[in-house]
Amino acid sequence: MAEIILEMKNITKIFPGVKALNNVNLKVKQGEIHALVGENGAGKSTLMKVLSGVYEHGTYTGDILFKNKLCEFKNIKQSEHLGIVIIHQELALIPFLSIAENIFLGNERSKNGIVDWNETTKKTIELLKKVGLDESPKTLIANIGVGKQQLVEIAKALSKEVKLLILDEPTAALNENDSQNLIDLIAGLKTHGITSILISHKLNEISKIADSITILRDGATIETLDTKQDHITIDRIIKGMVGRDLVNRFPPRETKIGEISFEVKNWTVYHPIIGERKVCDNVNINIRSGEVVGIAGLMGAGRTELAMSVFGKSYGKRISGQIFKDGKELHLNDVNKAIKNGLAYVTEDRKEYGLILIDHIKGNISLANLKRISKGGVVNQNEEIVLTEDLRKKLNIKCSGLLQQTGNLSGGNQQKVVLSKWIFAEPDILIMDEPTRGIDVGAKYEIYTIINQLAKQEKGILLISSELPELLGMCDRIYVMNSGKILGEISAKEASQEKIMAMILKQGQEV
Amino acid sequence: MGSMAKIFKENTTKYSMVIALVGIMIFFQIASGGILLKPLNITNLILQNSYILILAIGMLLVIVAFQIDLSVGSVAAVIGALAAILIVNNHVPVALGIIISLAAGAVIGAFQGYWIAYVRIPAFITTLAGMLIFRGLTYVALKGTSIAPFPSSFQKMSTGFIPDFFKGQGLHITTLVIGLILTGLYIFYEISNRKTQRKYDFEVLAKGLLIVKMAAIIAVLNIFFYALAVYKGIPNVLVLLLVLIGFYTFLTTKTTIGRHIYALGGNEKAARLSGIKTKKVIFLVFVNMGVLAALSGLVFAARLNSATPNAGSNFELDAIAACFIGGASTAGGIGTIMGAIIGGLVMGVMNNGMSLIGVGIDWQQTIKGLVLLIAVAFDVYSKSKTI
Repeated sequence: MAEIILEMKNITKIFPGVKALNNVNLKVKQGEIHALVGENGAGKSTLMKVLSGVYEHGTYTGDILFKNKLCEFKNIKQSEHLGIVIIHQELALIPFLSIAENIFLGNERSKNGIVDWNETTKKTIELLKKVGLDESPKTLIANIGVGKQQLVEIAKALSKEVKLLILDEPTAALNENDSQNLIDLIAGLKTHGITSILISHKLNEISKIADSITILRDGATIETLDTKQDHITIDRIIKGMVGRDLVNRFPPRETKIGEISFEVKNWTVYHPIIGERKVCDNVNINIRSGEVVGIAGLMGAGRTELAMSVFGKSYGKRISGQIFKDGKELHLNDVNKAIKNGLAYVTEDRKEYGLILIDHIKGNISLANLKRISKGGVVNQNEEIVLTEDLRKKLNIKCSGLLQQTGNLSGGNQQKVVLSKWIFAEPDILIMDEPTRGIDVGAKYEIYTIINQLAKQEKGILLISSELPELLGMCDRIYVMNSGKILGEISAKEASQEKIMAMILKQGQEV
Repeated sequence: MGSMAKIFKENTTKYSMVIALVGIMIFFQIASGGILLKPLNITNLILQNSYILILAIGMLLVIVAFQIDLSVGSVAAVIGALAAILIVNNHVPVALGIIISLAAGAVIGAFQGYWIAYVRIPAFITTLAGMLIFRGLTYVALKGTSIAPFPSSFQKMSTGFIPDFFKGQGLHITTLVIGLILTGLYIFYEISNRKTQRKYDFEVLAKGLLIVKMAAIIAVLNIFFYALAVYKGIPNVLVLLLVLIGFYTFLTTKTTIGRHIYALGGNEKAARLSGIKTKKVIFLVFVNMGVLAALSGLVFAARLNSATPNAGSNFELDAIAACFIGGASTAGGIGTIMGAIIGGLVMGVMNNGMSLIGVGIDWQQTIKGLVLLIAVAFDVYSKSKTI
């Protein structure tokens, strides 16, 4: 029996309002490839951050045993010292430095503070050979593709004499060919005695190379499967990932669906930087008045990109396609026009894109529609107070008053401010992008209630969410999206988590 | 008692720079043997600092929008030169010359605003280039010499006083009357403000405290106008300043464009996704800065009664320092017109006071630098305490 290289025991990590990890256990054997799977928000990344010291010892409870020794990492440097290296989904390479400089960044081959470039180049060539990357060490990172960058990351890990390599969604941004290369490389590292933990949504890849699979769900370990002993099918993994009891977490709603009020036709959007990459590929969707329409998909499926490009072309390049509202074609070239035509977009990133954190609640709520309370460019501040206070009460924003800074509010209350802002703008169509991300269960229920009220007022709602139960609980109809394409739509009655997951994951298999 | 302490604490952070200004004034008043607050010197203080304060008003909008403008000193110089060429050399009527000069300032602002807002060249670079360009153009236009003198009607803009309609003997009656009128307006404002706050169930200041606050402000206001009246009355440039302060305070606090500037500086991405035309707002902020820089250049030229190649050197630094001393945030989105004015006065009183007590220009620079550093450090510290 292979010995256990890593054991994580009863790990619990609490963020304000959310228990991200709840008594999680993970055992990894020496020399295996151990896959970690689970839905978005299941706690995979958090667990790995605990392991690598991003969340320092003391901010979580439980024990980490590496090679049978108790570890209390204060930072990444300490975990790397023992040979635990994590490669994040967003690569941590510096674009305008060369491959060699990136590989030895923070770990320079030097004597008395002076870099030995010959030694650096020599070592880099060796490492690049190991990972099968045919590039000069002097090439800038900016000039190579994402697939090759991923290999540089692995070479960087190898330079640190890695024992346990953690890869967080390494193939998410790669095409099929690059993915295959990477998977082969990871399998190859196994023969060099390197243990890997692989986080991935691509279950077909996992079922091919993983020796064991640990499934996380809602911050708890569900099971660990051994692929050698039992024959594990993808359906078996999916069942583990989503099979939870659905309790009544959603307020009931009477649906009164009207005519089609909003339609997007043949919508194609290109990536703003990587010019040839399509982030939305010929998308067709429609929303009826009073209807809540969901878009399901994994991270990076192109849902946010679709929403933002529709909302006054605030994302993407070379956008083509048509938008119709109440049968009339609209040309929404900027956000201002989109708002004027009755659109609203509730962003998934409220701190970065939704709120002016240094401004108070009142100023944030009225910002998107100052016209409503102004005459000749002068704001009627009394009117503003009356209207925003009304929304504050209706949405039950807990605060010391309208003049409290939004930066000091809890996540749930910040989200309610963002919602208030868009309700204040009096839209007909609301696009909500992950409206309940990172907020606690009570506030979620309140936000669902608000969504239901908006639908009752015959507004059309497009709900983007990574939480399938949320979509199933809230929507009348769900579109399934992956790699920029709409794969199909399912009515709420027919939909189930297994069906949606299978649709997404099977598309990944076919390609 | 707890609430008293709380009020005191809240207000010390809010009015910390006012308190600092008063402290500095008291210090120099004593150190200079009472010269600082003599009527003549108060008038001088206003005249000396008017052009910096005008720049500080424009600069505040720039800084709130999370931009910077290093070119204002050079712009002031080139506009001064333009005005001299028009009015002195070519005998263009004064009013027309002023209008053309202000329009030229707007064009310069639009030029820089175009690069910053639409081409996305960082403001620091664009206005650094502008600083060189417009200083150079000043030399070109003036051929390295000064142009003087301006007609007296032009000089009056900076050195004149409003006439006394009551023909007071040794005391400028009109000035006193204006002081009383302002007092009346202020009392009316406070009372009506309190009424609306009551109407919306807002917390209002306790009656006793309000009376103390009002009495203090009324006293300062009337003593100030009395001091002016003892000398020659209200300088024309003070009227100009008060109008500008009033207008821009209104603009920043009550109008949609004002809101847009603050939102843009607070979080540009969120502002854009709220439908604010961020590029246009940035552009307009620089056009406005251009006009005010031009105005500042005119006031300065009128005060010197000549256009000189080195006019306006380091004005940009004083204007920027005024904004930051007055509590504007280096990260954008925070700052008030009154704050910038108070910041400018802190610098102005320091300059004047140090000259009065005979501190050399070398040490003045050093001390001013330290004051800027300490003021902003104090601001950062007090903010980190409250949040």
